Amino acid sequence: MDKVKIGTCWLDGCSGCHMSLLDLDEGIVGVLKSADIVFGPLVDAQEWPEGVDVALIEGAVSSQDDLKLAKTARARSKIVVALGDCAVTGNVPSMRNGIPTRKLLERVYIEGAAESAGVPTDGVPGLLKQAEPLQAAIKVDVHVPGCPPKPDAILFVIGELLEGRLPELGSKLRFG
Amino acid sequence: MTEKVKVRIDGEVIAATAGQTILEVARANNKYIPALCYMEGLSAVGACRLCMVEVAGAARLLPACTTPVQEGLAVATSSPQLQSYRKIALELLLVERNHVCSVCVSSGHCELQSLAQEHGVTHVRYPYNYPRLSVDTTHPRFVLDHNRCVLCSRCVRTCAEIEGAHVWDIAGRGIGSRLVSELQRPWGEATSCTSCGKCVQACPTGAMAEKGWGVEEMTKKRAVVSRLTTMREGM
Ligand code: SF4
Ligand code: SF4
Ligand code: SF4
Ligand code: FES
Repeated sequence: MDKVKIGTCWLDGCSGCHMSLLDLDEGIVGVLKSADIVFGPLVDAQEWPEGVDVALIEGAVSSQDDLKLAKTARARSKIVVALGDCAVTGNVPSMRNGIPTRKLLERVYIEGAAESAGVPTDGVPGLLKQAEPLQAAIKVDVHVPGCPPKPDAILFVIGELLEGRLPELGSKLRFG
Repeated sequence: MTEKVKVRIDGEVIAATAGQTILEVARANNKYIPALCYMEGLSAVGACRLCMVEVAGAARLLPACTTPVQEGLAVATSSPQLQSYRKIALELLLVERNHVCSVCVSSGHCELQSLAQEHGVTHVRYPYNYPRLSVDTTHPRFVLDHNRCVLCSRCVRTCAEIEGAHVWDIAGRGIGSRLVSELQRPWGEATSCTSCGKCVQACPTGAMAEKGWGVEEMTKKRAVVSRLTTMREGM
């Protein structure tokens, strides 16, 4: 049987959900017996490949790049999992949403700058008007809240998906 | 006057006293109906709609916390339809203001959060409102964070009915409604506030907290506030 292909990525998040994924410890060995991680910060691929079975996406959708990657991942993956509070609710990144983007950037990069004040434009993706949860940008199949989700919740979710079931979090459902 | 009546909750026949509400009877008999704005010891206002139940013969759903029982009343507390409505009510509470559990003093001890988790709210299906709201830090010991307030009015009733100070009210209408202290004066300048802290203990969310606590650190002693009423009634 072919191995299940898992892709992961992090958008506007702190990498905490990926840390929690690494915290599966020996659990990850079991996962890797029936799955390969084919894209993400943990592997070396340059582009989200075609034919991914499970996409684990951390972070809110905050920039043009986030949006593009989320759409690519969606188009090329069977199941999309919103991993963690930022992807599920917007969480901390969404705390800027009441403030107009221009004001926000000026506050940080001009008023808040000790030296070389100026809003950077080269090599950084444009900010979207608001940092939105993943489901505001693409269709999401499974939501796993938590900041970060506990390793046992992640392991449970991956386990269910590898068995071909859509996970029901039940008592593992937790925000914050 | 204690007229005895028989009611049915989820099929089980239960003896109750006329005048008790469905929620009181259910709780006294270990039947669970979720509730958020209801708090033992305070008047019931029916604000949150989480306690909605189906009453046989009634054309619409009724809030268990404000509906009195009568002879022969038959109540269903947890049909799939009720569960789905409760989920919607919780999602709407979550999108109305800014609930960022990961940085909230009450995370892990919050009634809204635990109700959401218990009802399987894995995400909300509605667009978030992202209002810009203030945090009142003017009181020397307490904080009011409007971002987390669900307008349940438990603080309003606690202060008016138990402490007798009536510092709080809800001003405005609909989504623009806001909790206000002493006709819009900052809490720290509210001369009628005795700084008893009962409103803080009664608040189900992270909207009211004692100063000095970090994320997940604010636990509340709601039972203490409820017990005050029981003790006074016993006097
Ligand atoms: S008040 Fe409750 S639901 Fe809101 S952010 Fe705090 S813990 Fe979460
Ligand atoms: S601290 Fe006491 S008196 Fe002051 S607002 Fe709260 S309940 Fe009322
Ligand atoms: S401050 Fe707390 S108790 Fe008062 S209305 Fe808001 S959520 Fe309810
Ligand atoms: S508990 Fe009955 S409406 Fe809130």
